[in-house]
Amino acid sequence: MSTLETQAPSGTRVITQSQAVNEALAEELRRDSTVYIIGEDVAEAGTPFKVMSGLVEEFGPERVIDSPISEPGITGLALGAAMTGMRPVVDIMFGDFLTLIMDQLVNQAAKIRYMSGGHFKAPLTVRTTLGATRRSAAQHSQSLHAWVAHVPGLKVALPATPADAKGLMKAAIRDDNPVVIFEDKMNFATKGPVPDDDDLVLPLGVADVKREGEDVTIVATSSMVYVALEAADLLAGDGISAEVVDPRTLVPLDRDGLIRSAQKTGRVVVVDEGHQSYGASAELAATIAAGAFWELDAPVQRAGALDVPIPFSPVLEDQTVPTGESVYELAKGLVR
Amino acid sequence: MATTASTPLGVDNELALRMYRQMVRIRAFEEAANELYRGAKMPGLTHLYIGQEAVAVGACEALRRDDFITSTHRGHGHCLAKGADVNRMFAELLGKGAGYCRGKGGSMHIADFENGNLGANAIVGGSAGIATGAAQSAKMRGTDQVVVCFFGEGALGQGLVYEVMNMAALWKLPVVYLCENNQYNEYTHYSETTAGEVVARAAGFGIPGEEVDGQDVLAVNQCVRRAVARGREGGGPTFVVANTYRFHGHHVGDVDRAYYRTKDEEEDWKTNRDPITRLGARLVDAALASPEQLESVANEAREEIAAGVRFALDAPFPAASEVTDDVYA
Repeated sequence: MSTLETQAPSGTRVITQSQAVNEALAEELRRDSTVYIIGEDVAEAGTPFKVMSGLVEEFGPERVIDSPISEPGITGLALGAAMTGMRPVVDIMFGDFLTLIMDQLVNQAAKIRYMSGGHFKAPLTVRTTLGATRRSAAQHSQSLHAWVAHVPGLKVALPATPADAKGLMKAAIRDDNPVVIFEDKMNFATKGPVPDDDDLVLPLGVADVKREGEDVTIVATSSMVYVALEAADLLAGDGISAEVVDPRTLVPLDRDGLIRSAQKTGRVVVVDEGHQSYGASAELAATIAAGAFWELDAPVQRAGALDVPIPFSPVLEDQTVPTGESVYELAKGLVR
Repeated sequence: MATTASTPLGVDNELALRMYRQMVRIRAFEEAANELYRGAKMPGLTHLYIGQEAVAVGACEALRRDDFITSTHRGHGHCLAKGADVNRMFAELLGKGAGYCRGKGGSMHIADFENGNLGANAIVGGSAGIATGAAQSAKMRGTDQVVVCFFGEGALGQGLVYEVMNMAALWKLPVVYLCENNQYNEYTHYSETTAGEVVARAAGFGIPGEEVDGQDVLAVNQCVRRAVARGREGGGPTFVVANTYRFHGHHVGDVDRAYYRTKDEEEDWKTNRDPITRLGARLVDAALASPEQLESVANEAREEIAAGVRFALDAPFPAASEVTDDVYA
């Protein structure tokens, strides 16, 4: 069985990813008076996905701030606040809108510490989404985490489970650097066990083995972890034991963790929902190909979103993303 | 320090003299920066503030040390006016380890945290968000700090400026948007790029807008004092347009400018609207300083600047191994 079963082991509660994020935000708002949230419809609406329900009631509109529809503006404001003593969380409703904040994120936030010779810090969290199959078409379905991971000075987290979503969000808020945390919009209702711990902070840069195995490693990010686990179940039916490794953060990247698993199994598939060309999967695959070169029995394979804009029609959209079946076929091809 | 009608120039005599000295220091600094470029001693290039000194000095003399500014690619004047050290600035211009940013920022990224300078910025309009966020932070932290956001009229083409003005007005943030209209977006007169009235932009947001002669340091100072007082008292943002002129080119290498402006135009501004000459004449007329005293202020500034240049030239470059330092906190 995977480690993601929804029964609660002792010392845990089963909650949704949405609740997990809500708890993380509430706990950090409670713990640190410099933490605040700014974004579109974050207050009374609690975001369109209802992730922030109840926060404005507890913390007030001064700390859960409904903003105009001005993504660059709120990101710039958050940076200025972060440089002068605050710890803002900026809510960018859809990951596609990262395109709008690129100057503030890439030219400003990512570089202020380096450009200033270490005099400034920018403890800023950008919370946004990734993921297709919500029938939202080309401008609300992209997975643009590779764009952000390409920029030195930014950190990038991709939680797959409620526990990871909570622990990584708390770590992001406490980090002294700009951190962009992507939640798959299809996973807000996904349930999982979360430790009963109001101080659940996961270190950034530590991969997690979501399922142990011997014959093939499937490295999977964000919701692709579930796709990988589905593939692992199918492989098990063929007598193939698959290990599923979730890097959890792209920056910093737990290179050793990925290489270790590859050295053990000798075969690797990397699954990431970004477009495959020039995507995060390329960096992960290259890391493994170099680090586990002598132990690999086959070339590292990759699965990502098809290199097309995400189409609207379900029959078309479903063609664009990796599935348990497609990852199973890819992995099986390596082991055969 | 306070504005007073009983003094001949309408401001405290000490303040008037200090503003003269600060403008002279900036002028001398920029002339030396130009020489460093022409002598091939400075990597890259730089954008000179000569001609606009009254704006930075008038504005920064309306601020406390713990107030913030954000600056632009043409930022040396703002930086000095807010209290930066000449040695560390020249060292940064030359990419030396003793520079404000340990040589990693250069001319366009000098920041001076100790004096509240949140940094020059090489993206036109790029610091408007930072300035407004610092103002929001001041309000949230319960301080009465005020922020002056310097930007040129070229930034009027950037959407970010209007986004943050909207939020500053909504939330009554203590920020002064100080548009330095030096007439040229790089090599294009602003009239070719800017529709409508510049100062009128503020009215759309319900922000008080004021236009001021950017060659008159006393007028700039009084105008910004009013704006700062409004911000400090919770009255929200102000939009100030200071009309000024860049005596040199867009950058130090922009020396053949006939295709975008005439020599006559440049001569007119230099001869008739030099902010230093103007204040100097008023100080002498009001018997606050003799021509000899003004000359000695200029000499002192030149000596300070020359010492700064020597310091920077003699300072070591950073160790190559520092290239990976400070990517992350």
